[in-house]
Amino acid sequence: MGSKILIDADQCRRTIARMAHEIVERQSDISAIALVGLHTRGVPLAERLRALITDFSGIQPAIGSVDIALYRDDVGVGGGRRGVVPVVGETILDFDIEKHVVILVDDVLFTGRTIRAAIDAIFDYGRPPLVELAVLVDRGHRELPIRPDYVGRNLPTNTGERITVHLAEIDGADEVILEGTA
Amino acid sequence: MSTHRSLIRIGDLGAEDVERVLATAGRFGEVMERDIKKVPTLRGRTVINLFLEPSTRTSTSFELAAKRLSADVVSIKGAGTSMDKGETLKDTILTLETYDPDVFVVRHPQVGACDVVVRYTDASVINAGDGTGEHPTQALLDLYTVQREIGAIEGLHVAFVGDVLHSRVARSGIAAFRMMGAKVSVVAPPTLVPRHLAEALGTEVSADIRDIAHADVVYVLRMQLERMGTGGFVPSLDEYARMYQVNHDRLRSGQRVMHAGPVNRGVEISGPVVDDPSTLIEAQAGNGLVVRMAVLYDVLTEEKTQAPSMRGATLEAA
Repeated sequence: MGSKILIDADQCRRTIARMAHEIVERQSDISAIALVGLHTRGVPLAERLRALITDFSGIQPAIGSVDIALYRDDVGVGGGRRGVVPVVGETILDFDIEKHVVILVDDVLFTGRTIRAAIDAIFDYGRPPLVELAVLVDRGHRELPIRPDYVGRNLPTNTGERITVHLAEIDGADEVILEGTA
Repeated sequence: MSTHRSLIRIGDLGAEDVERVLATAGRFGEVMERDIKKVPTLRGRTVINLFLEPSTRTSTSFELAAKRLSADVVSIKGAGTSMDKGETLKDTILTLETYDPDVFVVRHPQVGACDVVVRYTDASVINAGDGTGEHPTQALLDLYTVQREIGAIEGLHVAFVGDVLHSRVARSGIAAFRMMGAKVSVVAPPTLVPRHLAEALGTEVSADIRDIAHADVVYVLRMQLERMGTGGFVPSLDEYARMYQVNHDRLRSGQRVMHAGPVNRGVEISGPVVDDPSTLIEAQAGNGLVVRMAVLYDVLTEEKTQAPSMRGATLEAA
């Protein structure tokens, strides 16, 4: 089982900066957008994008976080052993959801099921005029008709491989690693 | 025989489990502040509430908890069931089992009733009070209430006052508070304290009401008149009230009073204390809902595949 660094810290920084520029370029009213990070690593990513967007445009967008534990499609009935109970994280949406373009932010886009759950969660809080999606890495293998609006890097993978994103706020350093290569 | 996770006594959980349930309850507290107070988590699951002893708080909060999690709920109360016609608990469970429930929430007047239920069902079993046995979800909501209203449980001194002998609230509560690092003492007439309690639990036991003075929390236990029969546990309720009633003369400022309800005003607790806004009694009743949601979530959910929210940054092929 080999592993290799696909994106190093410096490339991560530039990639995220480019995503922030794209958001500023495409959004006519920065004050009407809200960056909503998905637990766990979408949360610091959303915060970084927000800081960069504020730098580039002079306007600070709203921020939030969403946890999808209660909206998942893959939790089962206990099977005789004390399995792992999915931890329910914090959902904070302290802005008027009906008046903000919600940009969901996550580290890796894979099957799309997490995003489906996040959209369901968001709609239990209100009806945003528009929902978009920003991901650091799109690794393909979608199982739902979901596509990202802002992509850091497209990294086509085999299903047997694993993409691991590390972020300084959580893991001490920024890097994207491919594991499971021959 | 149920092979699923059940919650029959507080000892079924370790301190880590308790902390996880309390944290989950806090998240459900957030859900309850939204416009849409319902999440789809337990869609398609069936919860049967079997309450064979009177209950308002526990049965209502369990029913609403299951509904807020989108489960299908059937609530069966003691009167009006085939048990009135002599059906045994075993046969009732076997009959209900044909509907393939995922959880039985059981309240029963006999100690150990849930251990019987577990034997005849594949579902998870949650004890909602078995006679003078245990009441684990009450203990969890008491911990949750203290955590929210006071703060850290560790190092807190909780005094349980009154009818410990008949109290499942005390049995689960003493164990739960001790598990989470609180100091627990008992103040009660000797006739209402189980034998060897001090040795078994390592708690201080006193017959003098003045000994509540050092406690941060005074947990008043209901005089369980319905379980006393003609046992002669106390000479009279008046005398009990004179000796042990928790009232403002006996409390010092800053002490917080708890009671699981229903209260006998003027017996174990004075009316003015019940109505005092500084007591935690109302908060306890209010917190039942989110804590029971957390318990249902905890017994019913587990990782089936590597889960999106739990994957950290790692994604594995499905």
